[in-house]
Amino acid sequence: MQVTSSVRQPLITGGKTYHDVTHDVSRQVEGKPSMLWFLAFLTAAGVLALGSIALIATLWEGIGMWGLNKTVGWAWDITNFVWWVGIGHAGTLISAVLLLFRQKWRTSINRAAEAMTIFAVICAAMFPVIHMGRPWLGAYWALPLPNTFGSLWVNFNSPLLWDVFAISTYFSVSLVFWYIGLIPDFATIRDRATGLRKTIYGALSFGWDGAAKTWMRYESVSLILAGLATPLVLSVHTIVSFDFATSVIPGWHTTIFPPYFVAGAIFSGFAMVLTLMIITRKVFKLEDYITIGHIELMNIVIIITGSIVGIAYITEFFIAWYSGVEAEQYAFINRATGPYWWAYWSMMTCNVISPQLFWIKKIRTSIIATFILSLVVNIGMWFERFVIIVTSLHRDYLPSSWAMFYPTWADVGVYLFTFGLFFTLFFLFAKFFPVINMAEVKSVLKSSSEKVHK
Amino acid sequence: MEKDTHFILGVYDDEDVLLQAVEKVRSTGVKIHEVFTPYPVHGLEDVLGYKRSRLPIAAFLFGILGTSLAMTMQFYMMRFDWPMIIGGKDYAAFPDFIPVGFEMTVLLAAFGMVGVFMISSNLKPWAQPRIFDERSSDDKHIMAIDLANNSTMEEEKIREILASSGATEINKKSFE
Repeated sequence: MQVTSSVRQPLITGGKTYHDVTHDVSRQVEGKPSMLWFLAFLTAAGVLALGSIALIATLWEGIGMWGLNKTVGWAWDITNFVWWVGIGHAGTLISAVLLLFRQKWRTSINRAAEAMTIFAVICAAMFPVIHMGRPWLGAYWALPLPNTFGSLWVNFNSPLLWDVFAISTYFSVSLVFWYIGLIPDFATIRDRATGLRKTIYGALSFGWDGAAKTWMRYESVSLILAGLATPLVLSVHTIVSFDFATSVIPGWHTTIFPPYFVAGAIFSGFAMVLTLMIITRKVFKLEDYITIGHIELMNIVIIITGSIVGIAYITEFFIAWYSGVEAEQYAFINRATGPYWWAYWSMMTCNVISPQLFWIKKIRTSIIATFILSLVVNIGMWFERFVIIVTSLHRDYLPSSWAMFYPTWADVGVYLFTFGLFFTLFFLFAKFFPVINMAEVKSVLKSSSEKVHK
Repeated sequence: MEKDTHFILGVYDDEDVLLQAVEKVRSTGVKIHEVFTPYPVHGLEDVLGYKRSRLPIAAFLFGILGTSLAMTMQFYMMRFDWPMIIGGKDYAAFPDFIPVGFEMTVLLAAFGMVGVFMISSNLKPWAQPRIFDERSSDDKHIMAIDLANNSTMEEEKIREILASSGATEINKKSFE
C-alpha cells in the first residue's frame, strides 16, 4: 500500500508494503546463508588468517620487520591508518549530517554505512597500536595513567594524544548511535522468530516494545546524537590532519590540512560505501531499497568532495610556490617530478580526474561504472596519504640522509590483515544483522497522506 | 503482578488514520494506555498529549560534566601535578586542551544521554516486555486501552468507538 506523491519520486521502488520491508530485510537474517555468502566469508577469513602471520611476526620481532628507515619513520602504517579512518567517515556522515539535513534517502544505506564506519575505525586503530612496538604497554602511552616510562602523565600538547581521544570517542559514539538504531529492528526479528533465535534477538532488542513514548525518546536521542556526531566526525579527521600539520615538515606544515582531510575522508568513505552497497544490494536482492537514485545521489557527493580535494591539491602547490619557502617548494616539486612521481600522478588521476566523469548522467547512473570508479577513488585516496607521508619524509632537510621507502612482506601482510578483518566483520554483520534500517525505511515509505486528505 | 489486566486493542493500518483515531478516541473520554507502532509516527506524541522529552537537558548536563572533567584533568596533570616544558609552551597551554575537552564533552553527553534513555525506557537485555500484538513491530499500529482505567465505560462502548475511528481489527488481550 505504497502511496506515492505526484511531486516526489518514491525513495523505495517496487510498490513495497510495510510487511514487504520487514520480510525482505529479515529473510537475510532468518534464512540459511547462501553459497555466495559462504564463499565471500571464507575468502575474507582466509585473508585474515594469512595476514595474521605478518601481524604476529611484527609483534614478535618488532616493527623492524617493516620497511621503515631512519629517514622514513612513518610509511605504510600511518598511510593505512589515515586511509581506514577516512573510510570510516561516511557512515556517521550519512546517518548524522544527512539526518540533520533531512535527507530521507539516507534511511536505506545508513545501517550498512555505520557498520562500515565501525569496522573501518577498528582497522585504523590497529596501526598506531601495532606501531607502538610493545602494544601491551600502550595504555601507559595513550591514556592518562601515571607511569615512569617517560613523563609522569601523557602529553596533552601532542596531537597524537588528541587522536587517541578523538578516535576512541568517535568509535564509541558511532557504536552507540548504530546500536540504538538496531534495537527496533532486532525487536522486529524477535517478534517473527521462535526458539533460540527469539531469545538471542530478544536480548539484543533490549525489550523494545515500540511504545509511542519510547519512540518519542528514541527520536529525541537520535537527533541529539546526530547533533553531537556531526561536529565529532569533522573533528576526527581534523585532528588526524593535525598529526601532520602541527609538525615542521615541508609538505605537512600547512593550514589547509583540516578541511582538505575532511573532504578527502568523505570522498573515500562514500566510495567505499558504494563499493559495499553495490555488492550487498546484488547479493541480498535489495535493488528496490538501494535504487539507482541512491547511487546517483552518492555519486553527486563524490563529485563535490572530489572537486574540493582537487582544489586543495592545486592550492597546496600554489601556496608552496607563493610562500617563497625553498624547502616547501622543493617538497612539492619533488612530489610531482621526484622518484615518487608515479604515486603523485596516480593520486591526481584517481582523485581529481576520475570523479569528474560523474558529471555525465549516464556514468553516474551506471552500476558498473560506479563500482569501478569507487574502487579507483579508494586506490587514489590510499596514494594521497602515501604521497603526503612518504614523499614529505624521504627527502628531508639533510640531503645526506635522503632515502627511499620499500615495503617489506610484513608491511603488505599487516595491511592484508586489516582487509581480512574488515570484510570478515562486514560479512558477519550482513548475515546476522538487518542490513537495512527497517523502521526508518517504513517511515519514509509514504510520500503523501492521500488516505485521509482525499 | 497480583491480578490480571485486560486490554482492548485497536489495530490500525495507516499512520494518518491512526493520528486522527487517537484524537477521536481521546475526545470521547477514553483513556489510551499506549500506542505501539512499527516506526516513529510523527505527531503521535502530540495527539497523545505527551510532554516533550527532557533528554536534551540530560545530554547538556552530561556534556558540561565532560568539559569540566577534561579541563580539570588536563590543567591538574600539565600545570600542577607534573609541570614540564614541552616545545617551549606554557604549562597551562589552554588552546592545546580544547581538542580533548571537545571530545570528552561529546563522549559524556552521548553516553550519559543514552544511559538515561535506557533507564527511563526500561531498555535492558534481560527486559521482558509486554507484547500486545507481534505485528506492532511489522506493519500494524496497535492502540491499547486498559479496561481498569476506563471502568466508567462499557467494554462494548469502547469497541464501538474504536471501530468508528477506523480500526481494522479490535482484539482483547489479557496479561497475568
